[in-house]
Amino acid sequence: MGLFDKQFESGGFIITKVDDVLNWARLSSLWPIGFGLACCAIEMMATMASNYDLDRFGVFPRPSPRQSDMMLVAGTVTFKMADRVRRLYEQMPEPRYVISMGSCANCGGPYWEHGYHVVKGVDRVIPVDVYVPGCPPRPEALIGGILKLQDKIRNESLMVPKALAD
Amino acid sequence: MTVQEIADAIVAKFGEDAIIERKLDILQPALYLNPAKLVDICFFLRDTEPYYFDYLSCISGVDYGVKENMLGVVYHIASLPNDGFMLTLHVKIPRNTENGDLPSVPSVVNVWRAADWLERETYDLVGIKFENHPDLRRILCPDDWEGHPLRKDYEVQDYYHGIKVKY
Repeated sequence: MGLFDKQFESGGFIITKVDDVLNWARLSSLWPIGFGLACCAIEMMATMASNYDLDRFGVFPRPSPRQSDMMLVAGTVTFKMADRVRRLYEQMPEPRYVISMGSCANCGGPYWEHGYHVVKGVDRVIPVDVYVPGCPPRPEALIGGILKLQDKIRNESLMVPKALAD
Repeated sequence: MTVQEIADAIVAKFGEDAIIERKLDILQPALYLNPAKLVDICFFLRDTEPYYFDYLSCISGVDYGVKENMLGVVYHIASLPNDGFMLTLHVKIPRNTENGDLPSVPSVVNVWRAADWLERETYDLVGIKFENHPDLRRILCPDDWEGHPLRKDYEVQDYYHGIKVKY
């Protein structure tokens, strides 16, 4: 981040690490497959719209799992929907990430005890990277979750782990 | 037009056993009908002057509990020519049948088309079968869901497609 507001010398070459440049590319264009399942979707849409403008983080909603890097599960996941969530997740190319937005997707929310129809957390269906609490979370909270995911991606490595290399 | 008059007209046409109980001094006056005559009475209420109950507002399923061991269906019907005059019809049936099938009530889809999805919802959540319904499938729960969730003695299944259901 912040590379292009500098002036480059020496013929425009920079020296960096493979990890850093790949991670930088990945975290700067996280395209989510929008999963607007309930009221959280309203906040998600508000976050993507002009006031909060997720596009400035490179987050731009895609209508197809094939083009997506991230799944943004915004809302109540019912058992009827769980099969579809899982299938769409499997259709996404790797590397893929999941943000669980709101109490329902995190743990079942208000349906945790008597909601026979609600999956008690989308992490029972697909692996989740970042949980955003709230009911629903404000756009600031969702942006916080996306920044958290960017932090996570920034520290990833393609290198063979040291323990294995030795 | 009063509910008393309507009840008397039903008895005059269908006999004393058509109405099992009348509750007239409550906010929504209600008639408890004989399930065997339900469809004929509904046609009568829809087509007879001056009642013309041409609008089905709602169908509800009721579980009266394991102790009483009865299930019920409640029909709220309205007559638009009479400024939306409302009438409540009840049907009560035993919870258990001899062969273990779901208890059944005749369908009123042929009287009011709106009953189609309402009866499917009642079947889905309370587990009441509607005879002669054209397409009696679950409408809210998944097709392979077990049990009927709004029954008083409902116990949720442990797993659905490998996902643990309980918290």
